[in-house]
Amino acid sequence: MINNAKELTELKDFARKAMEIRLDRDIEPSPENHRIDILVCGVAGCASSGSLKVADAVEEQIQQNKLGEEVKVIKTGCFGLCAEGPIVMVCPEHVMYTKVTPEDVKEIFESHIKGGKIVHRLLAGENEYEEIRDRLPQIPFFSMQKRIALNNCGIIDPENIEEYIALDGYQALAKVLNDFEPEDVIDEIKKSGLRGRGGGGFPTGRKWQSSAVVEEHEKFVICNADEGDPGAFMDRSILEGDPHSVIEAMIINGYAVHAHQGYIYVRAEYPVAVQRLSVAIKQAKEYGFLGTNILGKGFDFDLEVRLGAGAFVCGEGSALMTSIEGKRGEPRPKPPRSAEKGLWKKPTVLNNVETYANIPQIIRNGANWFKGIGTEGSKGTKVFALGGKINNIGLVEVPMGTTLREIIYDIGGGIPNGKEFKAAQTGGPSGGCIPAEHLDTPIDYDSLTKLGSMMGSGGLIVMDEDTCMVDLARFFLDFTVDESCGKCPPCRIGTKRMHEILVRITEGKGEPEDLDKLEVLARNIKESALCGLGQSAPNPVLSTMKYFRDEYMAHVLEKKCPAGVCKSMVKFMIDQDVCKRCSICKKNCPTGAISGDKDTPFVIDQEKCVKCGVCMEKCPFKSILKNA
Amino acid sequence: MNKVHITIDGIKLYVPENYTILEAAKEVNITIPTLCFLKDVNEIGCCRMCIVEVKGAKALQAACVHPVKEGMEVFTHTPKVMEARKVNLELILSNHNSMCQTCTRSWMDCELQSLANKLSVDNVRFEGEQKKLPLDIGVSIVRDPNKCILCRRCVSACKNIQTVSVIDIVDRGFNTKIAAPFEVSLADTPCVNCGQCINYCPVGALHEKSDIDKVWEAIYDPKKHVVAQTAPAVRVALGEDFEMPIGTPVTGKMVTALRMLGFDRVFDTDTGADLTIMEEGAELIDRIRGGGTLPLITSCSPGWIKFCEHNYPDMLDHLSSCKSPHQMFGAVLKSYYAEKEGIDPKDIVTVSIMPCTAKKFEAARPEMNVNGLSDVDVVLTTRELGKMIYDVGIDFPDLGDSDFDNPFGNASGAGVIFGTTGGVMEAALRTVADILNDSSADNFEYEEVRGLEGIKIATIEIADLKVRAAVAHGLGNARKLMDAIKAGEEFHFVEIMACPGGCINGGGQPLQLSDVRNWIDVREERAKGLYKEDRATYIRKSHNNPAVKRLYKEYLGMAGGKKSHELLHTHYHARPNYEK
Repeated sequence: MINNAKELTELKDFARKAMEIRLDRDIEPSPENHRIDILVCGVAGCASSGSLKVADAVEEQIQQNKLGEEVKVIKTGCFGLCAEGPIVMVCPEHVMYTKVTPEDVKEIFESHIKGGKIVHRLLAGENEYEEIRDRLPQIPFFSMQKRIALNNCGIIDPENIEEYIALDGYQALAKVLNDFEPEDVIDEIKKSGLRGRGGGGFPTGRKWQSSAVVEEHEKFVICNADEGDPGAFMDRSILEGDPHSVIEAMIINGYAVHAHQGYIYVRAEYPVAVQRLSVAIKQAKEYGFLGTNILGKGFDFDLEVRLGAGAFVCGEGSALMTSIEGKRGEPRPKPPRSAEKGLWKKPTVLNNVETYANIPQIIRNGANWFKGIGTEGSKGTKVFALGGKINNIGLVEVPMGTTLREIIYDIGGGIPNGKEFKAAQTGGPSGGCIPAEHLDTPIDYDSLTKLGSMMGSGGLIVMDEDTCMVDLARFFLDFTVDESCGKCPPCRIGTKRMHEILVRITEGKGEPEDLDKLEVLARNIKESALCGLGQSAPNPVLSTMKYFRDEYMAHVLEKKCPAGVCKSMVKFMIDQDVCKRCSICKKNCPTGAISGDKDTPFVIDQEKCVKCGVCMEKCPFKSILKNA
Repeated sequence: MNKVHITIDGIKLYVPENYTILEAAKEVNITIPTLCFLKDVNEIGCCRMCIVEVKGAKALQAACVHPVKEGMEVFTHTPKVMEARKVNLELILSNHNSMCQTCTRSWMDCELQSLANKLSVDNVRFEGEQKKLPLDIGVSIVRDPNKCILCRRCVSACKNIQTVSVIDIVDRGFNTKIAAPFEVSLADTPCVNCGQCINYCPVGALHEKSDIDKVWEAIYDPKKHVVAQTAPAVRVALGEDFEMPIGTPVTGKMVTALRMLGFDRVFDTDTGADLTIMEEGAELIDRIRGGGTLPLITSCSPGWIKFCEHNYPDMLDHLSSCKSPHQMFGAVLKSYYAEKEGIDPKDIVTVSIMPCTAKKFEAARPEMNVNGLSDVDVVLTTRELGKMIYDVGIDFPDLGDSDFDNPFGNASGAGVIFGTTGGVMEAALRTVADILNDSSADNFEYEEVRGLEGIKIATIEIADLKVRAAVAHGLGNARKLMDAIKAGEEFHFVEIMACPGGCINGGGQPLQLSDVRNWIDVREERAKGLYKEDRATYIRKSHNNPAVKRLYKEYLGMAGGKKSHELLHTHYHARPNYEK
């Protein structure tokens, strides 16, 4: 139980010592101080590629080698390089091993832990390092990032509150409770320029203030951890890697707006996040950061986790609150705003996980520090989940204003197989695509909106030349149609009709007036849907129509899919001049669509062909042409 | 109330700050189209028909729920607004079974159709998949999900007003539908058949199960002696089916029309109401004097009875054992009347014209019979009678007046007011007071139990008694009152009607569109009609009804006697919720 700021600092100093080998990159491994920490990423990305088994193998090696005194294994949060997982880092050297299997662990122990020689074949990236020091920052994936929200992820054990405390955890809370009036907290957040990281980008300080000024005995703060965009996992990683940063921020938020109860609404599909949050809340209670008379300053605050069933719409503020109330999660018209009438009709502040994760550092380092990062209208950093046709699939955090090109090519490692970049989708199904001509746009809230997309929660899906943009729009509409709550006709029926039109077009049955209909529907849904999610549902269609109208035209007028994706419009043919009549294609065709032998030319029966592309893949002479 | 300055379409207004844009616009004679909105019932802004432009707002806003604010500028008919309304309506139409010709709403106004007309929808541009779901046909209520436009008015009526909550939104997106839990039939739920959902449905997705054909069959069967009885609330509403003003009393025209349709006799259920008062009055006096279970709770409303059987099975002994007036009267018709007229009761077909859908269920209860013959053979709603009159081409508003048939003739004014909340209570008090005081009071209008207050509580001094009386209407209020009684609040006599306002607003009454209901209290207008008829009646107390007196003298003996118990009383049983 920590009773005051002084005790907190004492604990921090003590706890920090135990972590020094992880924090201080200058410590040399030495025979006298033979302490080694092995960090294994324990969150969903790496866990799904087997990191938990790797951690078990490490534990086993420790036992076998009787190194219990010297070597410790820590299951951390996300390092970001998810595509290379499972990630294992050995400290004090800070050597990062990638794609580690349980079988590799023995070698790591024999060679590195016991022999002092790093296992080169398991190193991150393609570079072979001779020197083992400071290699991490040399990889552009890491060197071009700036980690605020993800600051502790991959360093601390998220299930150990003392490791969070060691890294200045709960110092911001102590500072606020000791030195700040509630309104000072709001001023500081306002001054920092922090904007909501969940989608809309509303200024956080103003949001807090609008709830703070409402005179009501009971108020709530809620953390929106209902991350629902396909391909987005920023919030999950923060909760799994650094849950206390969110808890600390929520207590500060409660203090600032005079609320004494908080809820974290997290989807049940995030079991690890739920489990770590529960552990963190329990520890925070034990240490006295939650409960009554926090740090002896007379402020009371409590926190509970509420599980969502995974409906996309429950990420919308009012739907989320309705869901917490135990009802069907559906949005309601606003006003009244949640700041006035939110959860149980009480003033409520709702912030996203990443937004909260920034708060403790803003308080600790001051608004001016934060303001120094980013662009004019968008301060600080943004976490992006890189996905799609990009080499470094994973999680990155960059200063606002970093260009798309830097994110995709420098940090993301470019497009696989030397393909051309075609577009990037930001903001998930609510966002839009950004074509190659805007690759050099510095990314912030306003520039993305101007391009017809949005920041959204930070999903960034990269498309290469093989992507059909009409099909992409259809894909996102699939999601929206499926996830519409069904409350208002524009979203319930309008997105369905848009989807039907897109299906028609991708099946080669589109008519020119379908494009007009799409535009009428899109415009109307944007204007008249009940909630923000409905209003943004047409964005993928609008932006692809804006930047890739020629592709739509080709589908509709020429019944052609330029990217060769839409099956009904794709045709595989055999180039007789190149074909050597080896019959490999015929053997591999799953539907027996190919005929021919040594004496007769090989041809594809278009009726039987299912356009799987296996023939093209298998042909050793590249004689099979698509859309010839 | 503080007021704010706003501008609507350039017109400056100064309106109370709790107004919505919709209400404010009405002040300057602009009726913004609505579909899902029902004042105090369904204020959820989901249909996106009433959308308007509010200066500074990111998207269009729903006028029905958007509060006014100082300095607000609103535009109700910009091209953007008109286009959005139209597209949204086209979208709704694209997933609506638009076989309007065969729809129950084709002869009443359909709100969807009016709206299509109002927004000049001349083409549905966005056709696509249409839902095809099975109909749910119950004893009283039919639900057609393919007509449903998901405005949720029925859900709100069922959940918020009635607290019956047997329907709600199920599934999501395009698959969204209204359904009972586990998607069972309404018949397998604690639905009480009150039909409030029908009253609020803007389209033909909800209607009563029609029994018109059964009636025609009986009328055209020469062997059958077809007898109609009409409930009090019908006479102040039937005219609305023929565009007469709300609440216009049309008793005489109604009797004329029923004869023209071919009914052999036309009687007044009010006679049954008078009979009920005699029986229930006796029961009340008996329970008070004999230390029986109190409070005695009325049993006229079959929706309420089923509600009680589902929700308060441990309190069924509070219910009066009296059958409801039309059941009592049906039983009398198949016994006393049959004997008196020399007709084989098997050849009598009793048809009750009721403002109620729950009466269809009630009439089908196995307990409701005399010697194995149903008290009531067919129940028609007010709407169904209107439809019959309309179908045969009777120009209803132009009809002359006729009187009810003998031997029952016209009933008392007390019977008439049965049709509105507080009416049964008042009728009972008129009789009980005279019996206990052994005199005839001149002052017998009990204002304290009248009106539309959800729960009315009064203490009435009669002889040496202080009668504690409570009246609740609408099942939400009934629930509150029952909980209070359960918690120990003491009453002698309690009247409960399932429908808000009582029978005048029953689930079988002519439909009044949201356009009307949002601005006028239909119940108040209809109740006025009943109180007016009560005042105009020569006999205003049940015990003074000569036909009833004769009935006791010639046939039943005394109120609460053996014969009455055989014919006029019933019993109840607990009903499980969601048996399967």
